[in-house]
Amino acid sequence: MTFTDRADERLVQDSSPRALLQNLVHRLRSGDLGMIPVVTGLLVIWVVFYAMNPRFLSSRNLVELSLDSATIGMISVGIVLVLLLGEIDLSVGSVSGLSGATLAVLLVYQGWPLLGSILAALCAGLLIGLFYGLMHTRFGVPSFVITLAGLLAFLGAQLQVLGRNGTVNLPGSSKLIDFANFTFLPDWASYLLAVAVGLAYLATRVLTLRRRAAANLSAPSLRSVVVRAVLLTAAVAGVAWYLNIDRGIGAMPLLWVGVIITMDFLLRRTTWGRHVYAVGGNEEAARRAGVAVDRIYVSVFALCSMFAALGGVLAAGRLQAVSQTSGGTDTNLMAIAAAVIGGTSLFGGRGSVYSALFGMLVLQSITSGLNLVGVDAYVRYMVTGAVLLLAVTIDSLSRRARKSSGSG
Amino acid sequence: MSSPVLSLRGIGKRFGAVQALSDVDFDVHRGEVVALVGDNGAGKSTLVKIISGVYGADTGTIEIDGRRVSLNGPKSAQALGIATVFQDLALADNLDVVANLFLGQEITARGVLAEERMESRSWELLRQLSAKIPSVRVPIAALSGGQRQTVAIARSLVGDPKVVLLDEPTAALGVAQTAEVLNLIDRLRQSGLGVVVISHNMADVQAVADRIHVLRLGRNAAEFHIDDVTTDQLVAAITGASDDVVAERRARETRKETP
Repeated sequence: MTFTDRADERLVQDSSPRALLQNLVHRLRSGDLGMIPVVTGLLVIWVVFYAMNPRFLSSRNLVELSLDSATIGMISVGIVLVLLLGEIDLSVGSVSGLSGATLAVLLVYQGWPLLGSILAALCAGLLIGLFYGLMHTRFGVPSFVITLAGLLAFLGAQLQVLGRNGTVNLPGSSKLIDFANFTFLPDWASYLLAVAVGLAYLATRVLTLRRRAAANLSAPSLRSVVVRAVLLTAAVAGVAWYLNIDRGIGAMPLLWVGVIITMDFLLRRTTWGRHVYAVGGNEEAARRAGVAVDRIYVSVFALCSMFAALGGVLAAGRLQAVSQTSGGTDTNLMAIAAAVIGGTSLFGGRGSVYSALFGMLVLQSITSGLNLVGVDAYVRYMVTGAVLLLAVTIDSLSRRARKSSGSG
Repeated sequence: MSSPVLSLRGIGKRFGAVQALSDVDFDVHRGEVVALVGDNGAGKSTLVKIISGVYGADTGTIEIDGRRVSLNGPKSAQALGIATVFQDLALADNLDVVANLFLGQEITARGVLAEERMESRSWELLRQLSAKIPSVRVPIAALSGGQRQTVAIARSLVGDPKVVLLDEPTAALGVAQTAEVLNLIDRLRQSGLGVVVISHNMADVQAVADRIHVLRLGRNAAEFHIDDVTTDQLVAAITGASDDVVAERRARETRKETP
């Protein structure tokens, strides 16, 4: 029996390991790189720093790394979304700073409850994003300019909210500080999580297999799915085991990864996500097909600013204080650089939320490694700049390779 | 003959001082390919845009299946069963064939994209057109010009239309790809759709059309049955005169050949 989607005689039918490898090489040549450059880069960086200072890959340092990545990494999730539309948000740093300041002032000076303060900070981000979206769709102002204006204006707002003192310390007993610094999964829960992740993967894949079989479409074998689920469980369990030698899997990094998995699902499996990619690929085509293009823009800008605000809240918790320098230039550039280094195209329509995860890990590894080796901050800026340039070059080259091999 | 599926009577459209269309009548029947031809500025595009709901007509009536309708925008035209394939194909290069076919009309189950149902339906549509696309999971950018045109035409069929408008479907295509698209048009006719083809290419028009409707300077100039029309007659109707240079030379050559 031939499957509906495998009927064409021109399709390469071979599924031996060698054919799969050839397939991979072909994909790489035609510029379909996906996550490969960033994961390779991450491994290289880890090996190099491990050679320079073995403490780099110690359990303690990796736990620290996961905690440090999560704050700006959360902001980077929003950056991936705007990049998918081929737009940019330069103001995420200021928005995260303003959100942190709002949180701190409401919590400390106004005596609001923690949850209310967090919600207010997130709402501030949401409103800013809605404003950007409306400016872009109603008046056609380029996002580059709107958010550049926002970068300045909301930095000013942050200073104003903070008032004369300039620094607000969160109360030491705050649950937020506890969450961002001292909350970790107990060992048993981390292994349970590994099993749960594996089972969830297995369940969704098996359901997909069943649906494809029912529709007479080709599908990977059940065995390969089970193997992958087992490997995934083993990988998560391995990470958990290694981090458990020290404090374990932190609540904040867990939230970050959870958000990434959720956003990835929304982008790949819902109409909204499909439309985000369509608008990023060909806005006019999407409009003619009946996609509510304006609504996509507004929703993405709103989400981006909200993730920036969430990053600001987490950073406030992690640093236990909000100051005038919270969300400064570093934050902005790191968040944008992480998304690009992770492989999300600056040209729109291509990329995945996972680039926020891997891109941020690369940047934070560089920071942490250089600190361990004991070099000055200026070297870090230079190295980060070089890595960013390399990532954008890879993006441009693979775009050219896709053009010449006719795959977009 | 059966009653027309799409029928326009006395259509007029004015842009400022320019009367782009005046008193145009136009009919399409089921299972019929009507070619709409005319010189630049004859009003073809305006007429197509009126049928596809992009412009509203100033005067005249539009009937679909004998019922008088008003087309308020492209969406309402689509809902009434008029699908348009625009000249610049309007596909998203970065999405695969399935995603493009169902863009804007995705099938979902409990809020999640029903990929398998869309993929099966894609194969059905492509098979209906006997289209040669090896895989529906490749991005549009990997397809040839003819294959893209195929996807664009297949997309117009997703909403089960009654009439399909094709604006210059062969304009940017090579010889083999043009033949492929002409075959597609034939298959649209066989599946009982009314098809309107706008084209500059007389050879293509004569290869595929049942009737040819000529517009000149915004008016009905002539209407031919494909069996009883020559290229000379067509050119004469399009240019509006049999005494222009092209016709003269043709006439001279004919005289020379038959002394």
